[in-house]
Amino acid sequence: MKILVCMSVVPDTTTKITFTDNNTKFNTAGVQFIINPYDELSLTKALEITEKLGGSVTVATVGLAYTDAVIRKALAIGANDAIRINANPIDGQFVAEQLAAIAQQGGYEMVLTGRESIDYNGGQVCGLLGALLNWPSVNVCTKMDVVDGKAHFERDIDGGRETIEAVLPVVASAQKDLCEPRIPNMKGIMAARTKPLTVVEPIAVDGFGQYNAFENPIAKQAVKLFDAQNAAQLIDALKNEAKVI
Amino acid sequence: MTGIYAENSEGIFKKSVLEAASYASQISTDGVTAICIGSPKDGEADKLAKYGVTKLKIVEGLTAFDAQNYSQAIAANLNGIKTLIMANTYEGKSLAPRVSVLMKASLATNVVALPDTSNGFVVKRGVFSGKGFAHVQLSRDHKIVAITPNSIELKEKLVSISIEKTSFTETVKLTTITASNKAVGKIPLTEAEIVVSAGRGMKGPENWGMVEELAGLLGAATACSKPVSDMEWRPHSEHVGQTGITIKPNLYIAIGISGAIQHLAGVSSSKVIVVINKDPEAPFFKAADYGIVGDAFEILPQLIAAAKAAQN
Ligand SMILES: Cc1cc2nc3c(=O)[nH]c(=O)nc-3n(C[C@H](O)[C@H](O)[C@H](O)COP(=O)(O)OP(=O)(O)OC[C@H]3O[C@@H](n4cnc5c(N)ncnc54)[C@H](O)[C@@H]3O)c2cc1C
Ligand SMILES: Nc1ncnc2c1ncn2[C@@H]1O[C@H](COP(=O)(O)O)[C@@H](O)[C@H]1O
Repeated sequence: MKILVCMSVVPDTTTKITFTDNNTKFNTAGVQFIINPYDELSLTKALEITEKLGGSVTVATVGLAYTDAVIRKALAIGANDAIRINANPIDGQFVAEQLAAIAQQGGYEMVLTGRESIDYNGGQVCGLLGALLNWPSVNVCTKMDVVDGKAHFERDIDGGRETIEAVLPVVASAQKDLCEPRIPNMKGIMAARTKPLTVVEPIAVDGFGQYNAFENPIAKQAVKLFDAQNAAQLIDALKNEAKVI
Repeated sequence: MTGIYAENSEGIFKKSVLEAASYASQISTDGVTAICIGSPKDGEADKLAKYGVTKLKIVEGLTAFDAQNYSQAIAANLNGIKTLIMANTYEGKSLAPRVSVLMKASLATNVVALPDTSNGFVVKRGVFSGKGFAHVQLSRDHKIVAITPNSIELKEKLVSISIEKTSFTETVKLTTITASNKAVGKIPLTEAEIVVSAGRGMKGPENWGMVEELAGLLGAATACSKPVSDMEWRPHSEHVGQTGITIKPNLYIAIGISGAIQHLAGVSSSKVIVVINKDPEAPFFKAADYGIVGDAFEILPQLIAAAKAAQN
C-alpha cells in the first residue's frame, strides 16, 4: 500500500488569533505551528495500515519553508518521506489542485486528509481531491481499514454513523475517534533527520478567489449574573429578555 | 440563475435547506431552482415555496448515497445555474467540493452571511475555528456557497412552485453503504436551536438525568465536553469543540464546563451563551451572556422547575 497523507500545518489550538496589514493577513508573530490535529490522526492510521499490509507513507504539505520543522515531526512519528509544495496554502481549492498533481504522479492507492484544517476550516480538500482524481471520497471517518484490497470505513453522517466500503484507490478524511495519535520518540526523531523531504514548486492553477480581509468575532459584553438561590430568574431572562426560549 | 441543493432526510427538508432557499431567494432576481435527489414527501415542496423556490427539480434513479454519483447528478441538472447554495451539513460537505470541480466553480464553505455584491461577490466565512471571519471574493463565474446551519435568518417570500421530474443513470458505484445508524426522533446537534451541554463538573454519567430533563423541557439537544465523551459518560456524537462538532445554536447552556479555548472553538458562535459553574474564575464566564456562579446540583433543579412553570 502506498499512502499519501495530506498534512496541513496550522497554529496551535491555544493561539490567540489576530490579523495584521490592515486586517488583510493572519498575524503569525509568536505563533507556534503544529500538525493539524486531524492530520495527526490520518498519519497514525496510515502507519497502522502500512504496518499491517506493508507499503509506505508519504506526507505532502502545501506550505512555505516555515512548515519544514513540523513536517520533520511527521517524519519522526513514522512517515517514510515528505513532499513540500512551496506555496502559501490559504485557498483550499488551490491546495487540492497541488495535492492532486502529487497524488497522480505517485501512484498512491489511498490518499488521506483530515476532516478540516483548523485554520481556514474549509473541510474542502477531501472531496476536491476525490473529484479531481475521479476517485471515491469518503469524509469524516471514525474508522478506516483495508482488507482484501477494499477500504472499509465508519463515518459520521447527519444525525448518526454509517459503515461504508470503497474500492481502491480512494480518498478519505479523518474525524476524531479514528485512533490515538502517535507521538515521536527519540529513535524516530533521530531517523527523521535523514529521511527525504523534497521541495517542489506549485503547478499553475486558474484563480478561484481572494481573501480580502479578516475580522475577529465581536467581543461579548460582560456577563449578566444571577443569584444561585434564585436561578428561576435566568429562565425568565432567557424567555423575556433574550427571547431564545 | 441561482439554485440550491435541497438535501432531504427521508423525504423531509430540514431547516438548513430552508435557510439555503432563503439565502438564494434574497440574492436572485430570476427565481430559484431547487435540486432534490429522491422523492420529497407530500407538502414538502410548499415549504420551499414559502422561502422563494420557484422550481423543484426531483432527480430520480439514484439508490443509496454515493458522493461521486450524487455530485454528478447535481452537476448534470444545473441547467444554467451559476450560483449554487448548499447547507454545510455532513452531506453538503461531502458534495459541495465535488460539485465545484465538475462546475469549475469557486467554492466557499462555512459561510455565515449574505454576500456583499457591491463589488463582485464577497462572502463572509468562519475561519480559525470560530476565532475569526474572512471576507472572500469568489472570482469565478460559477460559485458554490455552503452555509453554516443557523447563520441565515429565514425570510418568508411565498411564491408558486413548479415541480419537474427527471432521472439520472448512476455510473459505476465505487462505494457501498453496508450499515447505517441514525438516531431517530432526536434533534441532530448541528441543527438544534437550543443546546444544553455539560462537562466534568457533573461528576458522573449517573447525573445526566437532570441535564436531559432540562433539555427536554426546552426542546433542546444535549452536548458535552471532550473529557466527558473520552470517559464515555456520554456518546462521542455529543462532543463539541475544536475536535468535536461545531455548533451555532440560538442558545447554548454550559453546565460544569470550564470553557477551555478548545471547547469555545466549537460553541463560541452561539447567539446566547449561559454558563453555570461553581468557580467564579472559570474562563467560560468571559464568553457568556448570562451566568450563575454556583453548584449545578442546586441550580439545575431550580431551572427545571422554572422551565416547567414557564411552559404552563
Ligand atoms: C488539541 C486539543 C483539542 C481539544 N478539543 C476539545 C474539544 O473539542 N472539546 C472540549 O470540550 N475540549 C477539548 N479539549 C480539552 C480542553 O482543553 C479541556 O480540557 C476540556 O474542555 C475540559 O472539559 P470540562 O470543562 O468538562 O472539564 P474541566 O476542565 O475539569 O472543568 C470542569 C468545570 O466544572 C466546574 N464544576 C465542578 N463541579 C461543579 C459543580 N458541582 N457545579 C458547577 N460547576 C462545577 C469546575 O469549576 C470546572 O470549571 C482539547 C484539548 C486539546 C489539547
Ligand atoms: N496546506 C495543506 N497541505 C496539505 N494538506 C492540506 C493543506 N490544507 C489542507 N490540507 C488537507 O485537507 C484537509 C482538510 O483541509 P481544509 O479543506 O482546508 O479544511 C486537512 O486536514 C489536510 O489533510
